[in-house]
Amino acid sequence: MKLTKLMGLGAALFTLAIPVAVTASEAAGEMAGEVAGEVNVYSYRQPNLVQPLFDGFTAKTGIKVNTVFAKKGMAERLAAEGANSPADVILTVDIGRLMDVTDRGLVQPVASDVLSDAIPANLRDADGQWFGLTTRARVMFVSKDRVADGAITDYEQLADPQWKGRICTRSGAHAYNVALIASLVAHWGEAKTMTWLKAVKENLARKPQGNDRAQVKAVAAGECDIAIGNTYYMGKMINNPDQKAWADAVRVVFPNSDNRGTHVNVSGMAMAKHAPHKDAARALMEYLVSDEAQALYAEQNYEYPVKAGVAWSDLVKSWGTFKGDELSLSKIADYRKKAIVLVHLTGFDN
Amino acid sequence: MSAQIPLTQQTQTTGPYKYGGPVSHFVRTVQAPLSLWTATVIGVVLVAAPIIAVMVLALGEVGDIWPLVRGTMLPRMIWNTVLLLGGVAVISGVIGVGTAWLVSMYQFPFGRFFSWALLLPMAMPAYVVAYAYVDFLDLGGPVYQVLTGLFGQQQGRLLLPHIRSLPGAVLVLSLVLYPYIYMTSRAAFVGQSGRFIDVSRTLGHSMFSTFWRVAIPLARPAIAIGMALVMMESLSDFGTVDFFAVKTLSAGLYDVWLSMGSLAGAAQIGMSMLGVIALLMVLERMGRRRQRFAGPVQTSAPAGKIIVSGVKGWALCLLVALPIVFGLLIPVCVLIKLAASSVEGAALSAYFESAGRSIVLAGSAALITISLGMLLAYGARTAGNGRPAQALRSLTQFAGLGYALPGVVLALGVLTVLGQFDHLVLQPLGMQFFGVTLLTSGTVLALLFAYAVRFMSLAQGNVEAGLTRITPHMDMAGRTLGHGPWSLLWRVHIPMLRGALLTGAVLIFVDCMKELPATLLLRPFNFETLATLTYTYASLEQLEAAALPALSIALVGLLPVFLMSRRLDKIGHL
Repeated sequence: MKLTKLMGLGAALFTLAIPVAVTASEAAGEMAGEVAGEVNVYSYRQPNLVQPLFDGFTAKTGIKVNTVFAKKGMAERLAAEGANSPADVILTVDIGRLMDVTDRGLVQPVASDVLSDAIPANLRDADGQWFGLTTRARVMFVSKDRVADGAITDYEQLADPQWKGRICTRSGAHAYNVALIASLVAHWGEAKTMTWLKAVKENLARKPQGNDRAQVKAVAAGECDIAIGNTYYMGKMINNPDQKAWADAVRVVFPNSDNRGTHVNVSGMAMAKHAPHKDAARALMEYLVSDEAQALYAEQNYEYPVKAGVAWSDLVKSWGTFKGDELSLSKIADYRKKAIVLVHLTGFDN
Repeated sequence: MSAQIPLTQQTQTTGPYKYGGPVSHFVRTVQAPLSLWTATVIGVVLVAAPIIAVMVLALGEVGDIWPLVRGTMLPRMIWNTVLLLGGVAVISGVIGVGTAWLVSMYQFPFGRFFSWALLLPMAMPAYVVAYAYVDFLDLGGPVYQVLTGLFGQQQGRLLLPHIRSLPGAVLVLSLVLYPYIYMTSRAAFVGQSGRFIDVSRTLGHSMFSTFWRVAIPLARPAIAIGMALVMMESLSDFGTVDFFAVKTLSAGLYDVWLSMGSLAGAAQIGMSMLGVIALLMVLERMGRRRQRFAGPVQTSAPAGKIIVSGVKGWALCLLVALPIVFGLLIPVCVLIKLAASSVEGAALSAYFESAGRSIVLAGSAALITISLGMLLAYGARTAGNGRPAQALRSLTQFAGLGYALPGVVLALGVLTVLGQFDHLVLQPLGMQFFGVTLLTSGTVLALLFAYAVRFMSLAQGNVEAGLTRITPHMDMAGRTLGHGPWSLLWRVHIPMLRGALLTGAVLIFVDCMKELPATLLLRPFNFETLATLTYTYASLEQLEAAALPALSIALVGLLPVFLMSRRLDKIGHL
């Protein structure tokens, strides 16, 4: 009895010691890392999308990249950690979240010629608080079998009753759709956008659900004929054996290519306000706009590099060239709130 | 997730003990142990801090968008939540009470096996079952093929059920939650009402009439307890409703927070959910109390089961097997099939790494939480009888409310508390320790803290249930023999509580393995657990890769179910 008690106590102490040891060793590793160089990234982007880039950076500079990935609450975590935050660089998937961290004063300006030379002015903040890294067009994936070539060319036509019960999309309140709707508000004003949203809602084959990939899957399965999604998903699906059939069922249509251009969003980055490894952070940011990294984005993530002169991947090229909407990103960001209100007023997700 | 097991039968046998009885009187006359008081107060403050932080968040500026939220979003969210809770309560009630009745009253092939196997679906995290059913009922999936084979392409497709819907969410949640009701109502049928059932039958009532006129009214408190637990679980479910795009309060909360940018609004929704769950908890406690006095002191199983043999027996066997088939077998088979198609080197090593991490993390959390829970429960028991003691007891109950907050909201509270702690306490202390910067946010400690707060009520519930079975005379005898409360705790209570402590720890362990929203937000750099791995793959629509970690979580979940079924078995066959 005594012995079992002692053993129990021992086991208890041992188990308790593990997390403490893990924390301590992590902290010690952090300290050791400071010598060799280390940079901490808070990422809204899926880890598998950015890991190859970080590997490239580490191979080149010897600086280790630590990541934590969360889609929800990163800004709150940064804010709560305040001056003690270990975060150096923030990676986001769209302009909305980039503006969110900027507006809350969680980032610091970076003055770098490397960055400002590589990134066109409309894709970065004038004060250097945020930078676009890649662009992605929000396109239509239409069924090869059931939608004739040229039958739909503009976002406007999504409201046409002929598509009743044939359109699939993710939640209207998702950042990607919000940015698209915000760009429409910028172009058309609120009233027209609201009418359009209502009409598109009427045409939906099902309640908005899932992510962009799930919409293409639904087209492949015959649930709908037109899906709205970001371009790079196409590449991701083509190169996934389980998902290739979905991608093969659709054709990419760049909306409004003949007039104002297709809505374009960015993935982006910013330096955290209290970045403890400022130099390493800057090095990482500059690496991400280097030819090498931008080519990686193009090759592996099927996104459009922001840097001029970096080649698109062959697959991306195969979808064709397009004219991007030149509306500035900060303008889109300004209309985000209006867009969200419209989504909820029209009951788009219900 | 699971709440404390209502082992009402065992409370029965030793008789009820309520706070404020002789022990507190005794303690008061002896002198309240100051060290225990202090320790309890520190524990309470620690655990309650994030909950209070959320309250403070809720008091913040809701933003100009709030009228829209209140006008258009909130009514729909509330309506969906009501439908979800109501639907799950009814369906899981029918399954749970029905199977409990059949298993308790009739003898049929494999009846004994079903009596514990019916608990198994409880091991499945609802979101995992949801993933599996989406694949199972997908276009091109097995059901689709059968339907199109039978009715042709067009018809078969129309017949395919839309699982990604409110009814789908009701079904999925009912399939994994009915065991709560099964467990409580079965205990009632074989236990205290067994004798009445015998009487009813000897007085000439048919089984049908006995069921409606005697068994159900007597088991009502037990069924209510089960339903309260089921509704609590449904209310806090996020994974399923998110995946099925059903805008309930727990899913809509994210919209308010992230797309409307109103953190305070989200915190308010979280607090109102806490209110509802606190209400359910009170109802559950009341139900339990009533149940304690409802039956005779001695438990008694009904005299004999009705033997059903032949075709009828097998039909009954098939009927009772259905919940297990749908709640466990089909999802597990789907996952195994998916996992088998995706196993490869790189994914496997990532899997093993996160599996090890999950086990260590959940194990440590279970140990810490159960220890803290024991401290709070024991502190409340020995606190005495005065005003401060009453206050302390209320506070320990308050500390258990972390369970009622949506995980992500609680995580925000934890972030706030740890951020302030780092800022106000560690920073002035220099934070440097052998040259290493000490911080709590973004470390494993943050996760352990969050788990402890979230699952405190599981620890407290089990320990309290165990403590009520230890007669206060034990405490008195120990004290007269010269032992202090700490020594008593170590020498008397802990050894006697072994069972309760183990059950509590295992339940917490499993819940920590499953926990997702707080883990995602609070974890350190380069840190994946089984739950986050499942989530990451599933959000990439790569259900194949998500299958193996999901399956592992489910398998671990079987552990406490086996433990419980053994206990239940004991009760059922006294």
